[in-house]
Amino acid sequence: MADTSVELFEPGHRACGGCGPALAARHILKGSGPDTIVVASTGCMEVFSTPYPESAWKVPWIHSLFENAAAVASGIEVALKKQGRKEHIVCICGDGATFDIGTMCISGAFERGHNITYVCYDNEAYMNTGIQRSGATPYDASTTTSPAGSASHGNRTQKKDMPAILAAHGAPYVATASIAYPNDIVKKVERAVNIPGACYIQIHAPCYTGWGFEGARTIDVAKLAIQTGLWVNYEMVDGDVEKVKKVKRKPVDEYLAEQKRFRHLFKPKRNDEEIAKIQAIADRNAANFGIDI
Amino acid sequence: MALRIGCAAPPGNSRNNKTGSWRVFKPIFNYEICTACGICQSLCPDACITLVNEQYTPDYAFCKGCGICANDCSTDAITMVLEEK
Ligand SMILES: Cc1ncc(C[n+]2csc(CCOP(=O)(O)OP(=O)(O)O)c2C)c(N)n1
Ligand code: SF4
Ligand code: SF4
Ligand SMILES: [Mg+2]
Repeated sequence: MADTSVELFEPGHRACGGCGPALAARHILKGSGPDTIVVASTGCMEVFSTPYPESAWKVPWIHSLFENAAAVASGIEVALKKQGRKEHIVCICGDGATFDIGTMCISGAFERGHNITYVCYDNEAYMNTGIQRSGATPYDASTTTSPAGSASHGNRTQKKDMPAILAAHGAPYVATASIAYPNDIVKKVERAVNIPGACYIQIHAPCYTGWGFEGARTIDVAKLAIQTGLWVNYEMVDGDVEKVKKVKRKPVDEYLAEQKRFRHLFKPKRNDEEIAKIQAIADRNAANFGIDI
Repeated sequence: MALRIGCAAPPGNSRNNKTGSWRVFKPIFNYEICTACGICQSLCPDACITLVNEQYTPDYAFCKGCGICANDCSTDAITMVLEEK
């Protein structure tokens, strides 16, 4: 069992106060433990945790480019294996890095089956460069590159199903988690790093700066995503869903209404048609994963 | 600043950066109500709540005053008050 009293991600980092990804970093490391090498992509977490000459990490940490964390991790894994070393190699990367620009390197690493754990902290847009949409941005969210207005309801595409894509590579373990349930993150990361092969974990990590809500409510917003069925926490072993968090579902309005990125769906008046489409996404999730209690 | 091969940051030395100066509201803990459940410790994105003499205590040198601990406290033992500087 992971010793959760050990803190491997230190204070003094420069994330916005109340940052979901910063909270995720703490618990990812509690799960992987002190014998971990972290490989980062470019993004908020890289920038706020390592302004030279400072580092918030108490484990070895490497950053090369935005798009190549999985390739760097592959190289480290092969080099360590040759030396008979057994450190856990954990990529911690944003959704832009994972869903879009790094996909080719990730696909290669999973195809080759390196013994790495790839964790995506999913704040559903390119936050560090000013809230541009990514393949992880949900339907109808307003971002600076999918602005809502008279000609648009916001982001036109649906969130890409990255866990399914990596499961289709034959990954032995694929899981989703949320900062709303830190102990669950610890358990899933600990499980992943102890399974040989390339494993994937995607952590829902609300960013109040980019989504537009009160920072103190970061955990509440993460919980609402799960309670409405817009985010599902599950574990997949060898491609089969093994465990799912069940909920007594709330209407999606409760999640959407307090976030500025969805404000256009409620003002000047409630956009019933668009909200019904988002409710349908939650209903589909509920049917696919059987989350309803 | 010139960066050469082999330059490194010592582990965890972000502690040199005292983010407590960012704070606008300050969490005040009422230990008569607090049951030491530890939820605040677990949810602080700045890892700045630790057990001191068996009481969960924020380190004001780093606390950014985000308010998550107060919002999610299981017994409402934490109040955010305007920082006086
Ligand atoms: C090849 C390349 N293109 C663009 C950038 C600029 N860039 C730096 S961080 C970033 C956004 C990162 O988004 P994400 O991976 O979601 O992480 P977040 O900032 O949201 O945590 C971008 C576009 C870059 N560094 N390299
Ligand atoms: S912009 Fe969002 S993800 Fe980036 S540091 Fe701030 S809260 Fe965290
Ligand atoms: S206000 Fe935020 S930063 Fe300060 S102790 Fe509470 S959770 Fe941590
Ligand atoms: Mg992002």
